[in-house]
Amino acid sequence: MSLELFLVIGAGLLAIGLFGALTQQSVVMLMMGLELMLNGVIVAAAAFWYYLAPASADGQVLIIVVITAMAVEMAMGFAVVTAIFRARDVDMTDMAADLKE
Amino acid sequence: MTEIPLWSLAVLPAVLGVATIVAIAFDVALSARAGGRAASLTEAVVVPLREAVRLLVGQRRVTTAADRVLWRTGVVTVPLAALMAALVLPLGGVAVADLDVGVVWFNAMEILAWAAVWLAGWGPNSALSLVGGYRFVAQGLAYELPHMFALITAATAAGTLRVGGIVEAQSGVWFVVWMPVAFVVYLLSTAAMAFQAPFDAPIGRDLAGGVAGELSGVDRLVLQGGRWLLLVVAVAMSVPLFLGGGHGPLLPPWLWTVLKTAAVLAAVLWLRRKFPTVRMDRFAEIAWVVLIPLTILQALAVAALVLTW
Amino acid sequence: MLSAVLAWVFGALALVAGALVFRLDSMAKVTFALLASFLFAAGEVLLLGLGYLGVVIVLMMVMEMVIMVVFMIMYMMNPAGLMPMAMFHNTRGSATIAGGVFIALTAGIFLVDWPERAGRAPADSTLALGESLMGGQMLTMMTLGLALFATIVSSVVLATHRGRYDRFGDDLRADHPDDPIPGGVGR
Repeated sequence: MSLELFLVIGAGLLAIGLFGALTQQSVVMLMMGLELMLNGVIVAAAAFWYYLAPASADGQVLIIVVITAMAVEMAMGFAVVTAIFRARDVDMTDMAADLKE
Repeated sequence: MTEIPLWSLAVLPAVLGVATIVAIAFDVALSARAGGRAASLTEAVVVPLREAVRLLVGQRRVTTAADRVLWRTGVVTVPLAALMAALVLPLGGVAVADLDVGVVWFNAMEILAWAAVWLAGWGPNSALSLVGGYRFVAQGLAYELPHMFALITAATAAGTLRVGGIVEAQSGVWFVVWMPVAFVVYLLSTAAMAFQAPFDAPIGRDLAGGVAGELSGVDRLVLQGGRWLLLVVAVAMSVPLFLGGGHGPLLPPWLWTVLKTAAVLAAVLWLRRKFPTVRMDRFAEIAWVVLIPLTILQALAVAALVLTW
Repeated sequence: MLSAVLAWVFGALALVAGALVFRLDSMAKVTFALLASFLFAAGEVLLLGLGYLGVVIVLMMVMEMVIMVVFMIMYMMNPAGLMPMAMFHNTRGSATIAGGVFIALTAGIFLVDWPERAGRAPADSTLALGESLMGGQMLTMMTLGLALFATIVSSVVLATHRGRYDRFGDDLRADHPDDPIPGGVGR
């Protein structure tokens, strides 16, 4: 066990999540990519806490913040998808592109 | 609180299995009495065992385009969740693993039932059983928050998340005395999480069996057995949380634990026949509008007492 | 020794499950692959001595993924992989970006001269976290609480299509709300 091992795992999860978030067309799948990226952040934060500064609880607090961010992201994401779907029957990012206009 | 060695991992399922069979036998006897006749002891024991053997030799039903991996995973997870939750269950002075986050562990393991029941409903590719799975998710959203507040209340009063510590904190007054609301809500949620009557809408007759509708043979035995196991484990947890665990005069702690568990289990099994099946939409509103505020007030009162006293 | 092996195994499984999220074609399987990835990551957190946070991640993620799967199946018309379909765009560019990010991060991980471990882990990391949240990090905790509350309100506002005028009539005078599904309290 070493700091590098956990950080590489975290980086791997982040990269997979980033790939998913960039490629997926469906809003719901895109959110799964975001969650996977945050998952990598959790692993990295736990490793930083254990190997660099176990005396202070800042690393733990960061994990709490990330978990909350996930919950908020999911709730808001689904609420927005529901609202868009109600308004115009789309659930794909490309189809909602006209929102920017 | 001492932890007993690894071989206890093998003893735990056996003990819980016997307790579950006794509970089912008691339920069979209650059914017979409700039917207007007295059940003999042999009948009460033989009926569940015969049913178990019948299911063991029974053939598995196959449905078109079933998602076998997820289906089996869901079915097996129901008893598995109960067993893993039971790891922190103390019997007298001993537990298989007295984790320092025991209460959270118990909660996390019993939430696995959410995923398990939904998967068991999704797996067979059948509309009615999927509706059963969705019903359980709705039920879970309703019972889980009051349930969590009830757990938090006990942990707050003891000042620890360790189940052994919660038992020690009750050497004087049992928690049920000053947190009756939490106790009642906890017992309510045990029936809901094990989808036992009156919260058995996920496997209701109006859905032709719901989640269990397409299950037969061993799968059915595992799901139904797991459902009973879940009820027994959840009810048994109410003893260390609210009823003083092994504390009591004269008798040894383990016997007190067994006696209290049996008493609460009998009361739950008897009471649950008194109510008709609860509909999801009704239960959800009752849980969010009545039970959550009540349990929050209970937790608040207990926290204030702990701080001032 | 055992924990070192477990760290490798959990890490590898978390990555495999994470990759499966974008390879499987059944929405239910996809969601539960993501759940598996979270559970293995929680295993890593437990190995690092954070008992409370590890178990809380298990608790949170099981609930979150079960709710997620409901929405997945609601909005992704791909029942159980019966009708495979491609829902990707810009695969090659994304792979380049993701691969580049991974390589850059890994290079950074091995090139940076990480500082020495400062201090020792507290005997009870749960207690340390609680004291921090109720002490020095109180502001973080309050912000999180407010953020969650705002989320509850705004997600309900976004998702519901029935306002109080639908429920209580145009002059808001109705005694009983006109709901498609009556609740259990009997208002």
